[in-house]
Amino acid sequence: MSFVSRGFRRRRPEGDVPAGRVPPGQHLVGDFPVLSVGPTPRMPLADWHFSIHGGEEAVRWTWDEFRALPSETITVDIHCVTSWSKLDTVWEGVSVDTLLDAVQHEASYVSAFCDGGYTTNLPIEDVTDGKAWIAFGYDGEPLEPEHGGPARLLVPHLYLWKSAKWVRGLRLRDDDEQGFWESNGYHRRGDPWREERYWGD
Amino acid sequence: MAGGAVLGRLTWLPAEVVGIVEEAPRVRTLRLEAPGWGGHRAGQHVDLRLTAEDGYQAQRSYSLASPPEDGLEITIERLDDGEVSPYLVDEIRAGDRLELRGPIGGYFVWAASQADPLLLVAGGSGIVPLMAMIRHRAAAGSDVPTRLVYSSRSLADVIYRRELEALADRGDGLEVFHTLTRSQPEGWSGYARRIDVELLREAAWPAEVEPRIFVCGSTGFVEAAAAGLVELGHEPRRIKTERFGATGGG
Amino acid sequence: MSETVQARLDGNAIGGILLEIFGAEMTIAESVCGSCGSLREVAELHVYVRAPGIVVRCPGCEAVLMRIVRAPGRTWLDLSGLRTLSFEH
Repeated sequence: MSFVSRGFRRRRPEGDVPAGRVPPGQHLVGDFPVLSVGPTPRMPLADWHFSIHGGEEAVRWTWDEFRALPSETITVDIHCVTSWSKLDTVWEGVSVDTLLDAVQHEASYVSAFCDGGYTTNLPIEDVTDGKAWIAFGYDGEPLEPEHGGPARLLVPHLYLWKSAKWVRGLRLRDDDEQGFWESNGYHRRGDPWREERYWGD
Repeated sequence: MAGGAVLGRLTWLPAEVVGIVEEAPRVRTLRLEAPGWGGHRAGQHVDLRLTAEDGYQAQRSYSLASPPEDGLEITIERLDDGEVSPYLVDEIRAGDRLELRGPIGGYFVWAASQADPLLLVAGGSGIVPLMAMIRHRAAAGSDVPTRLVYSSRSLADVIYRRELEALADRGDGLEVFHTLTRSQPEGWSGYARRIDVELLREAAWPAEVEPRIFVCGSTGFVEAAAAGLVELGHEPRRIKTERFGATGGG
Repeated sequence: MSETVQARLDGNAIGGILLEIFGAEMTIAESVCGSCGSLREVAELHVYVRAPGIVVRCPGCEAVLMRIVRAPGRTWLDLSGLRTLSFEH
């Protein structure tokens, strides 16, 4: 049976908390915490490529080819399952729709794979229709390695573990293959507004 | 280990703050009393748990600064963006209560019954578990040859400075080498840089002495110090390390 | 040193959690990596705690040895990266 430690309280949100923008169980932070499951991969851009497998044909872009694709700057809120949220973050990236347009497929799911071995799975609806990007810029600068650079998946409407850092490609699938965290207790979808953190939530 | 003993260490014990010492800017020692505390070994740590009025709980690990002979003390460094350390260093008062669990750790421990020369290398708040070892050595009346190499930002940041001076002055085999990495007082004759192989070559014993070695501090500090010691020929197996981080955010 | 390496700790940092899970002092437990076979005490393993869960990796080859997720009332534990884990009790 625990008791109260006088005067102790949870970290305060920075400034005013705008109504309706912070999901349940989250608090705002001013910095951008770095979370990682392993050492930061260092992939030289000359060797980097992004590929999509599982469609009619495998498609691949070198870094230069990838950067020649149409890209956009977006401002989004991000929510980490460890309970911090950050509002109005600015990213630059290529929409996943643009990349998937290069592939013929009828897949229901995608599995993102990354340098370092991390994987995450998503239903195709969660990465299409303007909901996901392969981001290469943050806050007006090239994306730093600690935050997933040179490029990461960005899926802001879901918990940030879905926004796989150091992403190198997508596998199109008919089945929902559980990724690194999804196979070990984390929710298969991860909607922060429904607090879908763990299996069974 | 008997089941009952393990269960004892797993149970969250209510503890009360009975004393506070301001050790350095942003660093404070709390003396705690916890009925049912079963004692500990030098180098071990405790898990601390705080509960807010709304039921929110936070948990952190802190090394015990006190030797087994002298109750329960922890020393905490305030991390600016932390959630728990600012409360423990700025807010908590004598009489306040929290919960703790332990002692924990079987690797990073030292007892005065060990006769080998002892080399301790500390970076910042990494001094805490090593101080428990030094205090235990003194309480046990040991004269095991012991060297402490202690890196701090400035003289004001050196934790337990006067006590270390007094213990080294006893002449019972304890030597303390300070290095101040950011600023030094006028006339400072000690080291004035981050630990490197040359500094260790001078301050630590040669590898032939075969000391038992404990290194504690941030990951960067520990890895640089351990690599330097290995380069000087010390057996990796004789080097024990403990990395401090902002475990869960401080 | 990169921020991720600074965020890396060692097995000492999860001594309390492992004590809870295994009911024994685990910092001195011996682990054998399933990928490279190296034998180390848990206290020496690379531990990442700043993540949705805890990830423990082999210092030699960086293979994932353990993943630990703690939710209210439930723990998920994946030890498939270990060949063996051995401890006294």
